[in-house]
Amino acid sequence: MDTIAAISTPTGNGGIGIIRISGNDAKKIINKIFVTNKNKELIPNSFKLGYIRNINNETIDQVLVSYFKAPKSYTGEDVCEINSHGGSVVLKQILELVLNNGARLAEAGEFTKRAFLNGKMDLTQAESVMDIISSKSAKEEKASAAQLEGKLGNEIRNIKDNIISLLADIEANIDYPEYEDIEEVKEQKVLSILNTEINRLDKLEKSFDAGKILKNGISTAIIGKPNVGKSSLLNVLLKEERAIVTDIPGTTRDTIEEMVTLSNGITLKLVDTAGIRETTDIVENIGVEKSKRALDEAELVLFLVDGSAGINDEDRKLYNMIVSKPHIVIVNKIDLDCVKTNLQDNNMVMISTKTGEGIDKLEECIEKVFNIEKLEDENQFIIMNIRHKDLIAKAKCGLLNAVSTVNSSMPMDIISIDIKEAIDSLGEILGESISDDILEKIFKKFCVGK
Amino acid sequence: MLENKDIVSRETLIKIKKGFYMEYNAGRYDVIVIGAGHAGCEAALAAARLGVKTCIFTINADSIANMPCNPSIGGTSKGHLVREIDALGGEMGKNIDKTFIQSKMLNTSKGPAVFSLRAQADRKKYHIEMKHTLESQENLDVKQAEVTEYIVENNEIKGIKTHTGAVFEAKAVILCSGTYLRGKIHIGEVNYESGPDGIFPARYLTESLNKIGITTRRFKTGTPARVNRRSLDFSKMEIQNGDEDIVPFSFENKELKIDQKPCYLTYTNENTHKIIRDNLHRSPLFSGVIEGTGPRYCPSIEDKVVRFADKERHQIFIEPMGEDTEEMYVQGMSSSLPEDVQIAMYRTIAGMENVEFTRPAYAIEYDCIDSTTLKLTLESKQIKGMFFAGQVNGSSGYEEAAAQGLIAGINAVHMIKGKEPLILDRSDAYIGVLIDDLVTKGTNEPYRMMTSRAEYRLLLRQDNSDYRLTPLGYKIGLISNERYAKFLKKYENINKEINRVKRTNIKPSKEVNEILRNAGTSEISTGVKLAELIKRTELNYDMLASIDSERGNLTKEEAEEVNIEIKYEGYINLQMEQINEFKKMEQKKIPANIDYKSIKGIRIEACQKLDKLRPESIGQASRISGVSPADINVLLIYLSTMEKGKQ
Repeated sequence: MDTIAAISTPTGNGGIGIIRISGNDAKKIINKIFVTNKNKELIPNSFKLGYIRNINNETIDQVLVSYFKAPKSYTGEDVCEINSHGGSVVLKQILELVLNNGARLAEAGEFTKRAFLNGKMDLTQAESVMDIISSKSAKEEKASAAQLEGKLGNEIRNIKDNIISLLADIEANIDYPEYEDIEEVKEQKVLSILNTEINRLDKLEKSFDAGKILKNGISTAIIGKPNVGKSSLLNVLLKEERAIVTDIPGTTRDTIEEMVTLSNGITLKLVDTAGIRETTDIVENIGVEKSKRALDEAELVLFLVDGSAGINDEDRKLYNMIVSKPHIVIVNKIDLDCVKTNLQDNNMVMISTKTGEGIDKLEECIEKVFNIEKLEDENQFIIMNIRHKDLIAKAKCGLLNAVSTVNSSMPMDIISIDIKEAIDSLGEILGESISDDILEKIFKKFCVGK
Repeated sequence: MLENKDIVSRETLIKIKKGFYMEYNAGRYDVIVIGAGHAGCEAALAAARLGVKTCIFTINADSIANMPCNPSIGGTSKGHLVREIDALGGEMGKNIDKTFIQSKMLNTSKGPAVFSLRAQADRKKYHIEMKHTLESQENLDVKQAEVTEYIVENNEIKGIKTHTGAVFEAKAVILCSGTYLRGKIHIGEVNYESGPDGIFPARYLTESLNKIGITTRRFKTGTPARVNRRSLDFSKMEIQNGDEDIVPFSFENKELKIDQKPCYLTYTNENTHKIIRDNLHRSPLFSGVIEGTGPRYCPSIEDKVVRFADKERHQIFIEPMGEDTEEMYVQGMSSSLPEDVQIAMYRTIAGMENVEFTRPAYAIEYDCIDSTTLKLTLESKQIKGMFFAGQVNGSSGYEEAAAQGLIAGINAVHMIKGKEPLILDRSDAYIGVLIDDLVTKGTNEPYRMMTSRAEYRLLLRQDNSDYRLTPLGYKIGLISNERYAKFLKKYENINKEINRVKRTNIKPSKEVNEILRNAGTSEISTGVKLAELIKRTELNYDMLASIDSERGNLTKEEAEEVNIEIKYEGYINLQMEQINEFKKMEQKKIPANIDYKSIKGIRIEACQKLDKLRPESIGQASRISGVSPADINVLLIYLSTMEKGKQ
């Protein structure tokens, strides 16, 4: 059996998320992306603490990985589970990494199915398993169909059509070798079509990242020294009291994650951070460490200063930490007198978390920083669904293989193998079978037959 | 007179009442084949050769293995079918090798998987040879009669009746009725009941089929005119010769040398098209008189002119019908327009200005069955012992028919003998693709084999058909010991050589690098495996002969196979992996008595389809349109609960 993976905890922002990997390569995949301090082998039935690292050896998250050796596992196969507390964006990043390293995205209910087929469940459970599969797949189908309505679906369909058309040309050449009106397919033409469609697929694939921003929210860290009003800002944005707000510096001991959709439709995934202070006793405060991590992972930093107190060295140090990230400088407490800012930044707004003044300006500014309009414009089509993204990547890979097959001067019938694979993947996204499409195209395009 | 009278057709009753004829008990066979076209001949020969008492019926014994359309065998993907038929021990390849008048390997530049052999046939000789082969076959009787009725009891075939009152008992009956069932020919406004080439149609059998619950539908096909060679001016056409090196279809033939006959190429023009357009209203296809569904890949000339209005010309191939005739076949000019229009439009074509017809073009409508009512053995799901092969299943083409005939013949015998059925899957052979398509997907138009229908075509090559299927043919009993020994020897040579080529190291030398340089590929400075050199685009196995001192002594075809296996090894391995996955699902069998309606979790649409088609394996189920992967998963779990329940 091939190795499958999926996020096995419900979507949302629970404390921990689990990515489950099942199959022969489960351990192999973990070994590629997971590092521990001592770099020891995974031991069956035990947990190991370590880091998930991506291709560039950047740490994505600190995680616990458990390993269950076949047959003593949920599915009866080798199973590894990655326990992450990074929230949904991080979970998806890890899942992507797992998929890029040899796993395939699990179908609805597939873990359970495998568990059942490997004798891990009894007969009485079978029926509920069948129910799970059919209801999960119905849900997925519905979600997928909704996402494919409109421009995105058309784009994929159009790419598929162009590739089918190319394949039909090749196949017509093969099946009707003696017809003059079937123009011989030349390598150059094949390459030019392949490259065009590869580019389009590439754009679609990349739009997944843009899609993530729109769907999962912009991971946003509120940074500032203690008591400049970070929690108050969070509360204003949330329009409800959540974090404990007091005047005593250092009250926010932990990071809090909240999703907030602004009036302009942009979703922020807000991380309120404990104040980052340059003090010697930061070690005592776990929250500070977490804040720094939240800062590393943030896609947007809201840098908050106290306008009534003015900018001091501590503010400057923090500012230097965040200046290379997309950020907005927010001068708070403009309801008080004597607002002093001797800080220059292109993206600076003045607000009062107490009166709500300037919050609209802040929203506009976020829009400006992320250039959302441009993002939507450039990516008319945004892939939201990781299954779609997976299949688009597969299709692209098929076409890239076809290009290298053409470049190594292989004959047309071999090139068609790779192209067919690409069409299959796109067909899978659209839920369409393609075998008849090719013949349909041949007979539509060419006048052949005795 | 037989006593069992409850299944006598209306016609028969009328005839009996009128005292037309008396029924008589004419004998007993194991297998009866109805129809002696390309499907029927293979079915009958296979059954007889497997040792059961067989009889083949034909409406006209002078039409056995007739080619009512193009006088050629093979071509793209069809050539593969003929090779596969031969590898299993069928007759078509041998018969065309005896009677061809031109041979060509098509697609040689487009890759090894799609090389396709095609031969022009001497139509009459093909018929005579096949007829004689049938007549000479032990265990086989050939009879001229129109079969009018099936005898069925308790959903099991018991025998057949003929128009002369003969009643034959049989354990299995294979219907290979081609285009004869209620055949109707259209030439413009004129139409009449007829089989192809002026032979009687089969008028009564459809009603008998319907009576036992087998529904029929109407398909349509067509053929161009035959013309007299003396009325053609070949100086205005391009000559098309055969290949110098003739590759035989059959493994049993090594070298064939004949004096080949040429074909000719000419074109329609704007005048042709104008005549067609001006007379479209007189075509029964456009006026709606023809009800049958025609094939897209075999359009009539009027169809081409209408659908591709901006095309200035269409190709026309003139093919000889044989050595002892002046008749020629006009490929590309199939039509159902009236005869006067046909003559006028043919005469607009370069080289055909004074053409004289021997036979006009016509469209023919006929009854066929819904192939999804069959098992993969080609036996009816409804009636035990009733098999169907060829055009009656909705296919078209001589080769497609022959392939089905062979499989039906073998399976009829296996059924009688209680042996495992022979089912080729999509990764075994084009024959497997053909039958799976017909049975699992069904077809809405006459089905033609095409290479693009085969998923694993890099492995389903015509050069390795023997490798794929001859061991099966031998096991079944259609391949002689002598041929099998030769086959084993051939593959021993090939495999030995492949292994040697992979092991052999070629050291850089002046001689080696000169060859590489001349071929336009980079020179070597360290030792390289011979196989690696063969894989280079610019090189192949034969080109490296002079620097390969231990080269095996292989025949040309053996050498070709070594070359392909080495050169495309990576792609072949990739397809092998895909096939392994595919096979897993094919091997998961679904019990015949499964009750789909009781399975919770399968969507209603899928449930209905599965219940109707009753697939034999999970793999087959997954190819049914409307059955989703989730349905398949649910089905898999259900099956495993059944298995566990049994334990």
